[in-house]
Amino acid sequence: MSYLAKFRVWRGDADGGGLKDYEVEVNEGEVVLDVIHRLQATQTPDMAVRWNCKAGKCGSCSAEINGMPKLLCMCRMNTFEEGETVTVTPMRTFPVIKDLVTDVSFNYQKAREIPAFKPPADLKPGEYRMQQVDVERSQEFRKCIECFLCQDTCHVIRDHEENKESFSGPRFLMRIAELDMHPLDAGDRQHAAQEQHGLGFCNITKCCTEVCPEHIKITDNALIPMKERVADRKYDPIVWLGNKIRRRA
Amino acid sequence: MAHGVDSPGRAQVGLKTARTDRWWLAPLRIGVILGFFIVYATIRIFMNKWYWVDEHHYLTPLYSPCVTESCVPGSSHLGTWFPKFPVFIPFSIITFAVLAGFRGTCYYYRKAGWRSLLLAPGACAVPEPHKKYSGESKFPLTGLNLHRYFFYGALVFGVLNVYDGVLAFHGTDGGFGIGLGTVIIWINLVMLWLYTLSCHACRHIVGGRLKNFSKHPWRYRYWTWVSKLNPKHGTFAMASLFTVILTDFYIMALSAGWFSDLRFLN
Amino acid sequence: MTELERHTYDVVVIGAGGAGLRAAIEAREQGKRTAIVCKSLFGKAHTVMAEGGCAAAMGNANANDNWKTHYVDTMRGGKFLNNWRMAELHAQEAPDRVWELETYGALFDRTPDGKISQRNFGGHTYPRLAHVGDRTGLELIRTLQQKIVSLQQEDFEATGDYEANLKVYAECTVTELLKDGDAISGAFGYWRESGRFILFDAPAVILATGGVGKSFKVTSNSWEYTGDGHALAMRAGATLINMEFIQFHPTGMVWPPSVKGILVTESVRGDGGVLKNSEGKRFMFDYVPDVFRAQYAETEEEADRWYKDADNNRRPPELLPRDEVARAINSEVKAGRGTPHGGVFLDVSSRLPAEEIQRRLPSMYHQFKELADVDITAEPMEVGPTCHYVMGGVEVEPDTAQSSVKGLYAAGEVAGGMHGSNRLGGNSLSDLLVFGRRAGAGAAMYVESLGKDRPQISEADIDAAAAEALAPFELEGGENPYTIHQELQQSMNDLVGIIRKADEIEQALARLTEFRGRIAKMTVEGHRQFNPGWHLALDLRNMLTVSECVAKAALLREESRGGHTRDDFPGMNAEWRKLLLVCSLESDGDAVTVVKKDQIPMREDLLELFERTELAKYLTEEELPA
Repeated sequence: MSYLAKFRVWRGDADGGGLKDYEVEVNEGEVVLDVIHRLQATQTPDMAVRWNCKAGKCGSCSAEINGMPKLLCMCRMNTFEEGETVTVTPMRTFPVIKDLVTDVSFNYQKAREIPAFKPPADLKPGEYRMQQVDVERSQEFRKCIECFLCQDTCHVIRDHEENKESFSGPRFLMRIAELDMHPLDAGDRQHAAQEQHGLGFCNITKCCTEVCPEHIKITDNALIPMKERVADRKYDPIVWLGNKIRRRA
Repeated sequence: MAHGVDSPGRAQVGLKTARTDRWWLAPLRIGVILGFFIVYATIRIFMNKWYWVDEHHYLTPLYSPCVTESCVPGSSHLGTWFPKFPVFIPFSIITFAVLAGFRGTCYYYRKAGWRSLLLAPGACAVPEPHKKYSGESKFPLTGLNLHRYFFYGALVFGVLNVYDGVLAFHGTDGGFGIGLGTVIIWINLVMLWLYTLSCHACRHIVGGRLKNFSKHPWRYRYWTWVSKLNPKHGTFAMASLFTVILTDFYIMALSAGWFSDLRFLN
Repeated sequence: MTELERHTYDVVVIGAGGAGLRAAIEAREQGKRTAIVCKSLFGKAHTVMAEGGCAAAMGNANANDNWKTHYVDTMRGGKFLNNWRMAELHAQEAPDRVWELETYGALFDRTPDGKISQRNFGGHTYPRLAHVGDRTGLELIRTLQQKIVSLQQEDFEATGDYEANLKVYAECTVTELLKDGDAISGAFGYWRESGRFILFDAPAVILATGGVGKSFKVTSNSWEYTGDGHALAMRAGATLINMEFIQFHPTGMVWPPSVKGILVTESVRGDGGVLKNSEGKRFMFDYVPDVFRAQYAETEEEADRWYKDADNNRRPPELLPRDEVARAINSEVKAGRGTPHGGVFLDVSSRLPAEEIQRRLPSMYHQFKELADVDITAEPMEVGPTCHYVMGGVEVEPDTAQSSVKGLYAAGEVAGGMHGSNRLGGNSLSDLLVFGRRAGAGAAMYVESLGKDRPQISEADIDAAAAEALAPFELEGGENPYTIHQELQQSMNDLVGIIRKADEIEQALARLTEFRGRIAKMTVEGHRQFNPGWHLALDLRNMLTVSECVAKAALLREESRGGHTRDDFPGMNAEWRKLLLVCSLESDGDAVTVVKKDQIPMREDLLELFERTELAKYLTEEELPA
């Protein structure tokens, strides 16, 4: 059942590095993370990799396998041919720290810039009443495990470092949508989505949805509805005209 | 200066992409289809002929409604609203503007266009060739937010197309009849409507914009229904593209007399 | 002098799981400058793995529920060994803690009248678990994380600095607590990323480091669960209790090998899933112990009726407390009635429509589909026991969560007592919130009481801590820490696992002594920057200390109760119920000593919540009320 697999793993740090070739044993039912762990235990004890739950629930072991952003723990080895070389690199949108570990602080900064849930002023704890149909949309987005693979794959920042300042990325635009659809949130979020968080940069090419390990329909259910909500407020000429007239009057 | 995935600080992998699959196939395929449609449609609207089959009352959707004095007799069954157009303006210009506008601002076609025509990005995690990128955040691309108005327009044109479709049950002897043309026109109608109703703007308008579904049970029901169609919006978009071309080509061929309609009934 | 960065705080919270974050929120809200230090990234803590829900007697699903019933269930589940005051506080305060989460933005599943929906779980009389599908832990951690962010936003408004009063030190490990006399003065650690040292000058430290599962081979716990808090507390002079009680969750995945141990939520059974052996028999009916006989169904028909009409039928035996179910599965497999991969079948596919399974158990569906290629809507799962939770932990004052060391607090899994000999499912998340908040408040109050008179850190202690942390780099040609870790896990799993015997535990103790010698001589390759080998080497010390506590206490307790099953002492013994086993380190070194200590008798009004006949099953004659 077990065989020797060919692995190419990126080793290095911010000063430089490169792909290194390894041959390593693979057993039935294993995932890429198991193989990386075997490398650590047998050949490269100082190879850095982030991981926690090993069950696709914590979103720590994000990396790129054969060029595609993936969780190392959710990528089964039987999806490769036995002779195939498996290339593993760190996420390429964030600064690298060492080997497969990147500095994802960008994401925590962006998280901080989104105003938190604003509780309704007239309800005390225990008095919240919400219907299941009303919470379901936001619940889908709260499945997010913050693996940041969507942020990694998004070309807006992956291919344009300079956009990092004005674009929060799919994860956090989805967070705005989550709050905007929260039945009891008292905040106003639509203008900020466009003006401060760069929703307009998104060209809905759906790579975020494609790589999401939680299968959240980020583009269809969060980003596009959010664009439509922004359009209601900002780009609807009838609304715009109405506001102009009202201001004149 | 190095940019994108080669920016300073990021892992210097030395490969543009480490993808080993044929990631270029999908954008290439979609690009060829879109390119073909654009060329075909441009040629067709400047032809200003072969859009009406008088014998069976077939009108191609690309020229519907035909409402100028330039239209051939019979095709302007909704009346003539405009005088004769000068030769250099195609007289289906309004139809074309609305249909192209609806598809051009459609969220699916935007994805398809950005990916296959502008390669931004060609495929996920594959670097795009552009130095600068501002997406849809600046004029004129903020105009894409007008999608909802094209959706309303498409609804009106959709209704007119249904009217055309009803007239297309026109038998050879003037009574009721069905030919292959009628079938093709109706298949196209179904695809057009599925495409139109599965639209993201439609989903937003019927219910998506609400904060509390539970207070609007009917709109929630419509939203649920549109939400079921919406994931297939891309499929409907491509399918209806093919059926439009097929319908138009079939009617053009009949009109030009290249072959004659296959009749099932009268 | 050691080169390091220094920070001064009022309260340092070690661990960023549910308990740590709730403690930090409380301390910050009480005006204390607070740091959160965690080994992983912010928001990745093991709490995300909790699936089923958070137990709180809100009475939304069944209006008969109240804190007293919750208290009674908790004591019963823990076989009366629980610290009754903790169980009382927990049952009383859990609803408020859950409601509070809604004001932070949490979105629980709802009842038809818009309240928080509650689900059934093993050992709980009424549907009691607030939940979000089967990812409740994720909701909890994300909600608390976002609350922290909102507090930071408030600070930003006020001071222009997000981190003025509350800062998260992510990927940072604390290796030593520092003391001034008998009081805590700070914490010493290193950044995982750079390997550089960091010092927190703080009079109050809250341990919220979770459990010890990584000392066992088959476990649902992540790499972080190395018993750091347990070991730090002991080295600082605090005591641990109940360390012999380890919960083996009855349903972990058994195949494929790489995911062996990963949790299969109890909700599968709460929502109708049944356990079958290879002969297709629902074997749990044969394993209902006498103490639970009255509350559990005797026939499959009655059990099935319960899901629809819980008031007039008794519960299915699949929903017995976890220790009972785990032992039953273990016996079935040993008797040769197991599945091909050494587990039993857990079947929900024949019990619920496929759509319903996907809606109620979405992450289980994905977990099996993607990790094992099994479609749980069409075929049964294979499951077996997995090391899941340690009931034991730092001995604390129930109301303030303070340990026996001044300034040292503990909350969550790292604290002991609350769950007695066995924890009920769903009581963990509520434990985190209730005692997280109490620890935060306790620490804030203590800091307040100090005024300007704060304990001082001595330079010699810093140098000693630094030398200790760098020791694994000193030697050359020694053993690789990965090898020792694997052997430790194997020994604990085989010899101090779910079923224990005196001679096996003694063997384990001998092996632990041997590991101690090998650890002193192990070698770490590479340098200090993000070096997992070094990190493991440091964590190994903690695992070893904790394992020693588990083994020594397990050898001493000559009875079977909850998460401690002795093959050579199969029954529960009322005399032992009165006793706690307290572990501490000898002042001059690493050796663990375990001593017996009397339990405080339960307060009378709480005792009256039970029938005398039930009490008679647990208490000695003298303890029974007249």
